[in-house]
Amino acid sequence: MSDKKFPAKMTGASRRAFMAGTAAMTASLFLPKSLRAADFPTAEVNTTGLAVTDDTVTIGILHSVTGTMAISETGSVQAEKLAIEQINAQGGILGRKIEYIQEDGASDWPTFAEKARKLLVNDKVASVMGCWTSASRKAVLPVFEQHNGFLYYPTFYEGLEQSPNVIYTGQEATQQIIAGLDWVSETKGAKSFYLLGSDYIWPRTSNKIARKHIENFLPDSKVVGEEYYPLGHTQFNSVINKIRLRKPDVIYAIVVGGSNVAFYKQLKAAGIDPAGESPMVLTISVTEDEIRGIGGENIEGTYACMKYFQSLQNENNLAFVKAFKEMWGEDIVIGDVTQAAYLGPWLWKAAVEKAGSFDVDKVREASPGIEMTTAPEGYVKIHENHHLWSKTRVGRAQADGQYEVVFETAELVEPDPFPEGYQ
Amino acid sequence: MFADYSMSELGAIFAMQGFAGLILFSVFVLMALGLAIIFGQMGVINMAHGEFMILGAYMTYLTSNLFEAYLPGLFSMYFFVAMIIAFFASGLLGLFVEWAMIRHLYKRPLDTLLATWGLSLILQQLYRSVFGAREVGVSIPDWMMGSLPLTDLVEIPINGIFVMVLAVTISLAVYYLMFRSSWGLQVRAISQNRVMADAVGINTAWTDRLTFGIGCGVAGVAGSAFTMIGSTGPTAGQLYIVDTFLVVVFGGAGSLLGTIASAFSISQAQSIMEFFLSGSMAKVLTLLIVVGILMIRPQGLFTLKLRK
Repeated sequence: MSDKKFPAKMTGASRRAFMAGTAAMTASLFLPKSLRAADFPTAEVNTTGLAVTDDTVTIGILHSVTGTMAISETGSVQAEKLAIEQINAQGGILGRKIEYIQEDGASDWPTFAEKARKLLVNDKVASVMGCWTSASRKAVLPVFEQHNGFLYYPTFYEGLEQSPNVIYTGQEATQQIIAGLDWVSETKGAKSFYLLGSDYIWPRTSNKIARKHIENFLPDSKVVGEEYYPLGHTQFNSVINKIRLRKPDVIYAIVVGGSNVAFYKQLKAAGIDPAGESPMVLTISVTEDEIRGIGGENIEGTYACMKYFQSLQNENNLAFVKAFKEMWGEDIVIGDVTQAAYLGPWLWKAAVEKAGSFDVDKVREASPGIEMTTAPEGYVKIHENHHLWSKTRVGRAQADGQYEVVFETAELVEPDPFPEGYQ
Repeated sequence: MFADYSMSELGAIFAMQGFAGLILFSVFVLMALGLAIIFGQMGVINMAHGEFMILGAYMTYLTSNLFEAYLPGLFSMYFFVAMIIAFFASGLLGLFVEWAMIRHLYKRPLDTLLATWGLSLILQQLYRSVFGAREVGVSIPDWMMGSLPLTDLVEIPINGIFVMVLAVTISLAVYYLMFRSSWGLQVRAISQNRVMADAVGINTAWTDRLTFGIGCGVAGVAGSAFTMIGSTGPTAGQLYIVDTFLVVVFGGAGSLLGTIASAFSISQAQSIMEFFLSGSMAKVLTLLIVVGILMIRPQGLFTLKLRK
């Protein structure tokens, strides 16, 4: 099988040499690199009893590696482990190597909460990288607030949330949706939109924002249809018929998971080829990961609106993709969320070094304004509201399963988890 | 509701939705037929039915890769080979499972539910270990993509027609096996009165095993066909299992004709409501109607007359 989940790791000298090589490139630019643990006595950098010794600091990784979400969360775990390896290879944080305790949320929200409590109360981890679905995040949120833990959350999500105990490294809804809609309106002259999604909170909230934007901010534009199908639905013939009758300029599809495969195969079989662009297909839920299941030839020509694509041609990303493949296998693909997960350990490192302490309150205080110039997606910065400033990009799917970037915003887009006029 | 459309559009809507309904009907028949054979004739509640389908899908994936690598010239025909391989792979696994597990549970029908549910979890993990957690893409030959235009508005997807033809073929084959072959006679005799069948010299153990095997084999063919329209991942089988049971229970356990009638009525109701309401609403209403009818007629649409 070509699709190995955990290929054998590189071993020994070649790997260490390689890590040291990339370390120079991906080093955080905040403080001098050679921080020694001796300069930061444990009693001073850890006043709240976290799992910090003179040589190590322990963090938690909390994702599903079993159950239905394992498909998606595998990439996040891989990215977080890569970041930890690289940070350790260049000397760790305040002279301490990062160790991690990995827990399995098992795609089950109460389990997520229980494991979060275990990590914070028993293991006293200094921070946690984790969660994917909004449901899992909502389940662990009270635990993190009660025990004052610190969570780095990587998934793009619906917004309407801001916690002092969470740093959101993915996009919230407005960062992903609005720039993409503006782009199809301005450059492609699109006027009519058909909104389609899976039936739960994220697609419905996202489509609500999309509809408000189309109706209030795009000239002469209208929504000609809006529809939701249950999760896992595989029969889209009826909605494809409706799309054919209403003749929208853009099919705005935010179907998730396995339904995507059915939707794109049936769309193409019904003679609506996204490559022909009449109508165009625009999505915010299909990353390179999903394309593997859909098949590049079935989705070629579809536009996706995200902040990261594996094909980004900048030095940071080329190094990131190379390191990722060396660690996890040549034929792996990297999607938007995987990259966002990779940012977590680096942003935490920068905040800890700025604060000169592992204490959660001090790290929180230091977090707003933290910049990362070495992110694969480019420059990012933490906003007061704990989300990231980031660019929005539009990619066009290619037959080989990669996206060709056709547009990116000139400036970083300000995160706005509680957008006015869109609720 | 109708006012938004012109007369010619309405005509096209009904034509297209009719076909969409027929495709859905074919999908339901393929999904449910294997389960109906096992559930109806043997009383075994096979929760691993979806995983047998996915085995067929993975076999199709492997076959397509083999053809791409070694027989690219024959790639357009690989699907037929894949379906045969899928039938035998799922069927053989079915025979093995019957021998190793199911035959010990015939006197405890509810336990088959738990045991096969466990089996489904094991198979899912097996697929995840062998094929990876991510979904795999199955390449479809070009001739199966695209659609036949009938008028300006009405187009029928070719893969839909293919699924329909397949559903009819398999239904006829199962009908022939059940009602025209000696094996079918034995199966029907056993389901009517197991002890008496045994007493008159029918090899009930072997007939049971073959029945289970054929039911699983049909599931494999269905899974193979669904690679054209759906996804292939370790847990994809779970997507089908609820709908499949719905069709079988609504049709009346034990009746193959009932299964087909049930698939037809559910798919048409769903398809017509989907066009005028939203997708989720259509599903809810379909479920409500089915529940309503089952309350009035708990035995389902059709039932066999059994000697108890």
